Amino acid sequence: MEIVYVYVKKRSEFGKQCNFSDRQAELSIDIAPNPELAALYVERNPVDTGIQCSASMSEHEANTERFEMENCGVNHVEGGWPKDVNPLELEQTIRFRKKVEKDENYISTIVQLGSIMEHCIKQNNAIDIYEEYFNDEDDVEVTEEAPSAKTINVFRDPQEIKRTATHLSWHPDGNKKLAVAYSCLNFQRAPMGMSHDSYIWDLENPNQPELALKPPSPLVTLEYNPKDSHVLLGGCYNGQIACWDTRKGSLVAELSTIEFSHQDPVYGTIWLQSKTGTECFSASTDGQVMWWDIRKLSEPTEVVIMDISRKGQLENALGAISLEFESTLPTKFMVGTEQGIVISCNRKAKTPAEKIVCTFSGHHGPIYALQRNPFYPKNFLTVGDWTARIWSEDSRESSIMWTRYHMAYLTDGAWSPVRPAVFFTTKMDGTLDIWDLVFKQCDPALSLKVCDDALFCLRVQDTGCLIACGSQLGTTTLLEVSSSLSTLQRNEKNIASSIFERETRREKILEARHREMRLKEKGKVEGEDDGQKEEEGALDLNELVAKAEEEFFEIVFSELRRKDAEAMKKKPKSVRTSAGVGGGSGGREGAMWPEFLEAGAPCLVVFFSPS
Amino acid sequence: MIPIRTTLDNSTTVQYAGLLHQLTMKAKSTVRDIDPQNDLTFLRIRSKKHEIMVAPDKEYLLIVIQNPCE
Repeated sequence: MEIVYVYVKKRSEFGKQCNFSDRQAELSIDIAPNPELAALYVERNPVDTGIQCSASMSEHEANTERFEMENCGVNHVEGGWPKDVNPLELEQTIRFRKKVEKDENYISTIVQLGSIMEHCIKQNNAIDIYEEYFNDEDDVEVTEEAPSAKTINVFRDPQEIKRTATHLSWHPDGNKKLAVAYSCLNFQRAPMGMSHDSYIWDLENPNQPELALKPPSPLVTLEYNPKDSHVLLGGCYNGQIACWDTRKGSLVAELSTIEFSHQDPVYGTIWLQSKTGTECFSASTDGQVMWWDIRKLSEPTEVVIMDISRKGQLENALGAISLEFESTLPTKFMVGTEQGIVISCNRKAKTPAEKIVCTFSGHHGPIYALQRNPFYPKNFLTVGDWTARIWSEDSRESSIMWTRYHMAYLTDGAWSPVRPAVFFTTKMDGTLDIWDLVFKQCDPALSLKVCDDALFCLRVQDTGCLIACGSQLGTTTLLEVSSSLSTLQRNEKNIASSIFERETRREKILEARHREMRLKEKGKVEGEDDGQKEEEGALDLNELVAKAEEEFFEIVFSELRRKDAEAMKKKPKSVRTSAGVGGGSGGREGAMWPEFLEAGAPCLVVFFSPS
Repeated sequence: MIPIRTTLDNSTTVQYAGLLHQLTMKAKSTVRDIDPQNDLTFLRIRSKKHEIMVAPDKEYLLIVIQNPCE
């Protein structure tokens, strides 16, 4: 429909002035919405519409005027001369120069600049910054492999009544067999019907031992003869020495007579390097070290009594718990005692007094392991009470290095045969610690929990890769260490020897200082009234002792109570019974381990010897 | 740039002076561009054969050519 408005005007009225007048709004047209049309459409819900709210920009290209570049060289000619100076005339230039040189500004500037310059020149003279460093060193292949060890095999005691694995010995050729000595070291607590057998295991077969050795009394130590791999030497719990030949079977080939043997369990037996390969020696807590020839075990060839007062009195002798012998130093041997003293002896001395060369004291308890460093025999490792200590033969008053006091008692230790700075220790809480002195000296490089019961003994195979540890329930675990711990590192020998030397020097300096201080004190005391001092000293001593005892027990009990309180909060753990290795000997000094030590509380144990 | 005092021959001096003056100016303006509060105090150019050290100032320039210690 069209909307049309017709405008009509007469011809005669063209050109006339328009006369506008208001009138009312007239509705021209009204189109109502037609709802029927809606049916033609479908409502769309929702409706997608794009909306953008952003600054509206426009793009426009423009071409700038070209920038002309040109390469050209510059020839410097002297210039910049002031107008009145003719550069060509020498006289004038010289005069100008002299004038400038007299200028104050110039002088001060030159002085200042000169000092800066001098500094840099001197620097250059001192150091050549383009020097080639590290020319000679080859690229180091640093293996960042963390030290690790894993259990390969576990050999369990086939007997029903479990005994402690007290000693391990690797087969000398090929290291395919392991001899383990089993016994119960608890003093008179060995259960009835406990078997006396010790076994030789083949590493491939952990289910059944290859050979059983049947001694008359349980074996405390067992060693393969390094020269003849069929012969084994064992030290018995009753003090006898027994010898086996594996070709002949499991029964004892030779046995020493009881009258001439030790009176206490034999804790250390070592084969000697001799032409016949039949000599050995043994040590026991009865204070004697005996030399034997296995062809004639009826009596020892030689007996030495470990009496440090050098009188050869058996009553004063110290019980020997560990024995050390290095075939490169055939006349010397060392004995670790129950009292915490290491005695170094000379076999070839003429009189018994001279046999004992010197003593090293430093441990608070029995020394369970004693071994010289295979690379540096002057330094030896002792393991006892809660620490492991490294000693040097030159430093007699104290050890040169020691570990901190651990929470559990250390039971055995050994050097690694391939790395001079690595040694292993076992503890009564079943952990094996591997120490690497080159890497870290205050903590073990690796600490592994091998089993839940206490570990008693440790033996490293000659290649340095395999370690066997024996536990309280007779389980022997075979571990393999990572190659970083069993291969000789570059420079390690030098580093290790320098570590030992440095520590020895330090100890010597301290020793000298202590000696000086003591001499000074002696001088002071001698000047005063001697008699009175002595008496007072005696009284004070008794009082002091009583007081010290009281305080000591107080501290221990409060510590125990605190531990109990903590244990109550956590899950209850089974109380480990310590085998009381120290007490099993019925030793001289009556070293009875009180029960509270089993909790592993670090405390100082003072031995009061009934003198 | 007029060389006031020199231990080398004239032409070398003039050449060094001219070139290093320009370089110093450039270095100074660079330092100032990065931080207007900053200023160039010393310039060292180490080459295979020598080390050239320039100590600039408002009016003067001190240039030292040193052989490396080898």
